[in-house]
Formats: sequence, C-alpha cells, structure tokens
Amino acid sequence: MGQYIARRALVSIPVLLIASISVFAIVKATASPVAAIRSNPRVSQAAIEKYTHDLGLDKPPPEQYLTWLGNFIRGKWGTSIVTGRPVGPDIRDGLFNTMILGITSFLVSIVLGVGVGIFSAVRQYSFFDYLSTGSAFLGLSIPVFWFALILQIVFGLYLTNWFHLATPVLPTAGMFSPGATGIDLIDRIRHLILPVTVLSVQIVALYSRYTRAGMLDVLHSDYLRTARAKGLNERTVMMRHAMRNALTPLVSVAAIDVGALAGGLIVTETIFSWPGMGVLFISAMENGDYSVVLTWMMIVVAFVIVFNLIADILYAVLDPRIRYD
Amino acid sequence: MTDVTYFDPERDSARPVIAVEDLVAEFRTEAGIVRAVDGVSFDIAQKEVFAVVGESGCGKSTVALSVLGLLPQPAGRIAGGKVLFRGEDLVSASPARLRQVRGDRIAMIFQDPLSALNPTIRVGEQIAEVFRAHREIEPKVAWEQAVELLSIVGIPRALARAKDYPHQFSGGMRQRVMIAMAIALRPALLIADEPTTALDVTIQAQILEVLLDVRERFDMAILLITHDLGVVAGTADRVMVMYAGKKVEEAPALDLYRTPKHPYTWGLLGSTTRVDRPRTGSLPQIPGSPPSLLVPPPACRFAPRCPRVQPICRTDYPELRKVDVGQVAACHFAQDPGWGPAPEEVPA
Ligand SMILES: Nc1ncnc2c1ncn2[C@@H]1O[C@H](COP(=O)(O)OP(=O)(O)OP(=O)(O)O)[C@@H](O)[C@H]1O
Ligand code: SF4
Ligand SMILES: [Mg+2]
Repeated sequence: MGQYIARRALVSIPVLLIASISVFAIVKATASPVAAIRSNPRVSQAAIEKYTHDLGLDKPPPEQYLTWLGNFIRGKWGTSIVTGRPVGPDIRDGLFNTMILGITSFLVSIVLGVGVGIFSAVRQYSFFDYLSTGSAFLGLSIPVFWFALILQIVFGLYLTNWFHLATPVLPTAGMFSPGATGIDLIDRIRHLILPVTVLSVQIVALYSRYTRAGMLDVLHSDYLRTARAKGLNERTVMMRHAMRNALTPLVSVAAIDVGALAGGLIVTETIFSWPGMGVLFISAMENGDYSVVLTWMMIVVAFVIVFNLIADILYAVLDPRIRYD
Repeated sequence: MTDVTYFDPERDSARPVIAVEDLVAEFRTEAGIVRAVDGVSFDIAQKEVFAVVGESGCGKSTVALSVLGLLPQPAGRIAGGKVLFRGEDLVSASPARLRQVRGDRIAMIFQDPLSALNPTIRVGEQIAEVFRAHREIEPKVAWEQAVELLSIVGIPRALARAKDYPHQFSGGMRQRVMIAMAIALRPALLIADEPTTALDVTIQAQILEVLLDVRERFDMAILLITHDLGVVAGTADRVMVMYAGKKVEEAPALDLYRTPKHPYTWGLLGSTTRVDRPRTGSLPQIPGSPPSLLVPPPACRFAPRCPRVQPICRTDYPELRKVDVGQVAACHFAQDPGWGPAPEEVPA
C-alpha cells in the first residue's frame, strides 16, 4: 500500500514538470509580458528594456523557464501589470472563493446524488426511478447560463415584485451584500444559494447516474447473493457489502472533479459576479496580464495533477485489487 | 473416494432434513412468465448427498435458490409448494426467520467463487461475519474460528491467508474459502450449486473431496447441483434428473447408472461416458435443444427430442411412476419390462 502510494506520487513529479514546460511554452507563445507596457506611449524604451531584463526575458528560453520555475516554486509569482499588485493574493482569493462555491456544491450534490442514485437502484423501474432518470437527463441538458439567468430573473425580479419587497428574495450577485462588514454567515449563505443551485443541478444529475449504475452492478452481483445466503441482515448487506463497492468509482470521480474545480466555474462565476478563478482568468486574458495568466495556469495544472493522484490513492485504499497489481 | 457406507438409507432416510413439495418457481420476463420449476418434489435425508442434474436452464439453480428464498428479485417468485426444513415451511416463513436459517442451518456455495466473494473484504472477515450474524461472539473469537475453518478446508498457512483478499487466491482455494464460510456454523444442509464447474479438472476432484470430508466431519446433508454426471458418479447417494423445469427421474446413484429408465437420463449418460472424447465440461450432446419454458410442449416435455417418442407422448402427460425401490421416472413406458437404452445408446 505505502509502496503503491510512493510509486504513484513519484510518477506525478515528471508529469508536473512536463506540464509546467507546456504551460510556460503556451503562455509565452500567446502573450508577451511586455506587450501591455509597450503599448503604453508614456513608457520609455529604457524602462521597457529594464523591465525585460528584470524578468530575464533577454535570456534564451530554457534559462527563462528555469528562472521562472525557480521563482514559482519559491512563491515569487510576479506582479500584475494591471493592478501593480503581487499576483499571489489575487490567485489565493480567487481560489478560495471558487472553492467555497465549488465545495459547497459538491457536498450538497454528493449527498443528494448518492441518495437519489442508491434509492433509484434499489427501487429499479419504480416511479421514483423513472422520475429521477428523467430529471437527471433534464438537469444535464439545461444550459448552465440559461438556468442561471432564469433563477436570477425569478428570485431577483418576479418573486420580489410579486411580494412587493424592497430587496430581492435572494441576492443574485456577489458573495456578500455591498457595504457589509465582518462575516455575516446568513448573508453569505443567502448569496451561495442560487449559484450552488445552478452547479448542483448538474452535479446531482451526473452523480446520481454514476451511483445508480454502480449500485445496480453491485446489487446484481454474486457476492451480494452470498451475503444474503449467509443470513446477514439487510442493513449489513447494504452498508457493508453493497454501498462501499458501489461508491468506490464515484469517490475517485469526485476527487478528480474537485481538482478540476481550481480552474473556476467560468459561466456561473461570471453570471453571479462571483470573484473566483474563472472570473480572474477571463480578466487576466483580456488584459494580457502575463504573470497572472502564467501563475493561474500552473496552479490549476498542479491542482488537477495532485487531485488525480489523490483519486488514485483513494481508489487503492477502497479497492484492494488495485494495490496489489 | 465415495464413502458408500457413510450414508445408510435404512438408518437416515426416515428423518429428512429437507422436503420440497410440489415446488413451483416463476420468473417474470418481458416475453411472459417463465415457469422455471414446475411441481418438483424431493427430500434429502441426513448426511445424504443428493445430486440434481440436467442441462443448462432446466431449473437446477432455481430449485436451490428457492430453498433459501433467494430467487432474484423482483423477477423471481415461488408460486407454489412447500420447502419443509425439519418440518417447518420456509416458503411461508417470515423474512426474519429465513435470515436465521440462512448461513446457519442451511448454507450455500456457488459456481464462481471469485464473483461470489466480496472483492474488498478480507476472506477471514467474510467468514467471521457469519458467526457475528448468528451468534453473540467476540470479534476476536470469530476471527480465530475463521482461521481454524480455513485450515479445516485445507488452506495452507491459514493464519496468514485469512488476511488476504479473494483475488489473491487461486480458483480452487477460493472455493475452499466458500466452503469454509458455508460450514462455519455446521449447517444441517449445504447447497452446492455447480461447485466445481468453474475449476480445472484436477482441482474439481479436490473440491469434491473437501465437500465429502466436511459432510462426514459435521454430519451435513448436501444438495449437489451439477450438469456433470462424472461429478455425480463418485459423490452422490441419490440423483434427481430435471428436464425443462420438471423432475423426470430419481434414483439411487448406482441404479441410475445401471438401469436408467427415462430416455433423457440415458441420453445424458450416453453423452458423458464417452471417455474417448475430451470432456467439454458441459453436458449433453443429445440432439435438439430444451424447449422454451414460456410455451412448453403440452404433454411429455422431452417428446420433441425423444428417440422412443409415441403418439401418446404428445397428448398425455407422463406422471412420475415407481420403477424400482427408490426409483421413479416420468415416462409412459418406464414400467415396461426390458425398457432401457439400446446397447448403441450407451457406449461401452
Ligand atoms: N433472473 C431471471 N429472470 C428470468 N428468467 C430467469 C432468471 N433466472 C433464471 N431464469 C430462467 O429460468 C430457467 C431456469 O434457470 P436456472 O438458472 O435455474 O437453470 P440451471 O439449471 O441452473 O442452468 P445452468 O446449468 O445454466 O446453471 C432458465 O430457463 C432461465 O431462462
Ligand atoms: S413419455 Fe414418450 S416422449 Fe416422453 S420420455 Fe417417455 S417415450 Fe420419450
Ligand atoms: Mg445454474
């Protein structure tokens, strides 16, 4: 087991390095760190050259890469050319905000999705099963932006007018009310409701399908019949023998999805003005904010790789057949 | 390897462990209701090895699963008859009572031990679980018992191997694990549904040996399901032959080989005693195939394939009739003197 984890972790290191080379090459090929200041007529040629030199851009590309990598690992992520502030805090905030939104949605979705999936499987072909299957396909086919806008209109406008309220039933933008001081938990939760709903509809739809399929496999398995033939009570049969094996694939899928979350939830964040990684990336791209784009991409890639590793490890923990291969 | 004297009909037959009466089991399918077992009766005495043979799909597993109330849900159901375990009807028993009997008084092992064992639980734990389900017992004691069972069924280094997972065992060893699990509480009846079919020929004999050994050790009766008459020959005391959901013949094992009275039985015998041909593992080279259970033939179900078919066979159902002590056959002509396979039908 320990050996398996060590081996998998070691493999991740070259993967990370190769990914960092690709990220560096791609960003370099598509954006120039001096383009933004060069287009500013008030910046002198000397200043541009000094800037170029400071960034090490007059050196050959491999050396530039190594310099950048060294700086990146030491946490020197550069400054934004738009705000003039260090990149670190912006990325950290974006990541944190995205994670609040994403993790909340995942928690809600896993509970709902697993519950619905298991119940559908146990009552296969029941009314509930057909209902949940239909809803899942609906949930997966609703376009995110459309659904988000509908929720905004309904909760921000229609219901508010209907009840003749002064403020919207649910806030439709931002993470907290303007002018709020300190952390008002109720206010934060109210701001989470609509974006979490939008995201959860998708994830519940997907995860309930995974769970149902996994559970059906297990329910029809020979070892479940064995468990019953042993005279185990139904609770033990379900909890010990069915659920654990049925949920193993979902656990890794969820771990991978959480890693991918670092890339932000571009559509949802944009519509709900949620200051997360997605919004940060869009604005950095628009402004040609080289340092932000480069750091952003590297962080996201690292997240994806690390969470893939976590998914592998979780799978091995849950399924002994993997560890001994 | 048969211990012919171990089961004594005189002594043991009077007290059947299990008596199945007129069992009818059905599956709901898209095409309609499949009556997989249609009015089958038999009983098994203490310590007896009772074999059920027949082609694939004739309803052997359905009989076995019906005894424990384990027909696949929701398609399957017992539509009639009784399963009397020491006189108590299990068909009408409450789910709680059934659960008590399962794994404790009646245990079962299956064809494919790899898929029948939970891949993510240590084998020792899967055995210990049986104790915990039925007895007040310390987990540690249950584990020790599990280890002991593993050595009883002949697994070397049982103490260490108890911590392994099913995929770390060979096919034969896995089936031994299944047997250990089944005999944990010394059941009165062990149901073995094709316990050797998935195994190599050399391993098959070992597993049968283990089964016979534990029956002797624990005084168990065994319901042995197989489609291999070669397995039956050295193992069973009595044999029931099934065809298309019906019982067509039953006899003490030796009589079945010496004087088969149902043409289907001698067809089976003809197809297995061909030692000159490599055994394919599956039974019959009887021409034709079994009838659809959705619309079975109206009278004798074997008529479409029977070498001796007569007009009456297509109009009247042949009830089981007694042909000898302990032998019955469902053929119109079974009681005719001299009725039996022609020499060319049973190759020497
Ligand atoms: N879950 C099910 N749904 C529908 N029909 C079934 C189901 N299980 C079994 N049957 C039908 O019942 C009949 C008897 O099946 P059963 O499994 O008892 O046969 P068997 O004698 O054990 O065959 P085998 O040698 O292949 O194991 C078959 O014709 C099969 O089509
Ligand atoms: S009753 Fe007729 S068809 Fe059926 S087995 Fe006997 S001879 Fe053959
Ligand atoms: Mg079967």
